[in-house]
Amino acid sequence: MTAHEITLTVNGEEVREAVEPRTTLVDFLRDTLGLTGSHVGCEHGVCGACSVRLDGAVVRGCLTLAVQCDGHKVETIEGASDSGAIADLQEAFRTRNALQCGYCTPAMLLTAAELLAGGGVPSRAAIREHLSGNYCRCTGYHAIIDAVEAVARVRAGATS
Amino acid sequence: MKPAPFDYARARSVEHAVELLGREGARVLAGGQSLIATLNMRLSHPSLLVDINEVTGLDRIARRNGHIEIGALVRHVQAERSAEIAQTAPLVARALPHIGHPAIRNRGTIGGSIAFADPAAELPACLLALDGEVEIAGPAGKRTVKADDFFQGLFETALGPRDVLIAIRLPAATHDTRVGFAELARRHGDYAMVGLAAAARANGTKLTDVRLVFFGVGSTPVRARDAEAALAAGDLEAGVKALARNLDPPDDVQATGAVKKHLAGVLLRRVARQLTEAPQ
Repeated sequence: MTAHEITLTVNGEEVREAVEPRTTLVDFLRDTLGLTGSHVGCEHGVCGACSVRLDGAVVRGCLTLAVQCDGHKVETIEGASDSGAIADLQEAFRTRNALQCGYCTPAMLLTAAELLAGGGVPSRAAIREHLSGNYCRCTGYHAIIDAVEAVARVRAGATS
Repeated sequence: MKPAPFDYARARSVEHAVELLGREGARVLAGGQSLIATLNMRLSHPSLLVDINEVTGLDRIARRNGHIEIGALVRHVQAERSAEIAQTAPLVARALPHIGHPAIRNRGTIGGSIAFADPAAELPACLLALDGEVEIAGPAGKRTVKADDFFQGLFETALGPRDVLIAIRLPAATHDTRVGFAELARRHGDYAMVGLAAAARANGTKLTDVRLVFFGVGSTPVRARDAEAALAAGDLEAGVKALARNLDPPDDVQATGAVKKHLAGVLLRRVARQLTEAPQ
């Protein structure tokens, strides 16, 4: 099974590596690039811990192959965090205890950021629905919904 | 788990994909939201994945000759945001939010959902309820297969090993089109325990051309033909009773067959109400 040379952009930087076709995107990010903020949970698309952005859309890192990302743009929690774009969301998670062990948090943040990018203040039901594919085994979710809702209100206030 | 090794090739065109599929054990990779999960669990062992994601022209939604054509690579999220689909395929629009989760819908494709043909999936049932058709490219060229002939068994369709599903075609909704959709799942985004996709034509206060397609109740989406006739005759109670004859769901991890049968009746009552409502 031949390795493929791939060139992609990860967090704004061009990366060139050889990958085996069977390497999933999340394993590539973690094991080859050392970006361990994306987590591996169920490995069949259910838990959401491996979520990353592919060409701007949040996808499952375990249901995408690294080789498919040749020529594409990937952004991980490291990139989103360093850019400062989700600093308010991170702060709200911290203040409201929306994380305990933190395993689901990077993916939860990226998924919440995608919802909030749509603008407005989504209902709590809409927040729950958007986060329904991200499992958290610690918090019972309420604090996460609170944090996302709070940020949406602040952002809406700040822009209106 | 991690997938067993396989080779990978990017198709440059539909013809190139068909050519690549000539290798024994090759499989098409579209959105990968079911396929890659089965690879990770080592439930499937392809020798080669033929990635069609970079083939241009397969991600279009177009209306032509009273039909709406949805390209195989249209992602669920793209379909969800499509005004064209909301207007001309309202049943599909209703079903889409039930598919997986947002991140799955960002990547999963319409063609993949149909070609994979999971018996508990929403879109195969919609295709069948709408009397749609599937456009296929294969070694002998293109052909069209009606939904009624497409779903043949558990994960078995009219697609041969060298075929690529390139689009689905649905009759565009008109003023008298009525649709209904409901499913019962244990958690949002899970596969349904039982679901129902329905379409009909309103004729005054009556319904004609009723098509009721249940999913999660057998090895393929299942039409409940006696119940369809009962609804066309305006007799919902007879329709619910007829389900006992039309459906024979096996027990599975989600529910026993008896529970599924009961739930099918619950869904039929809900969907029958939707079918009598005029679209907004």
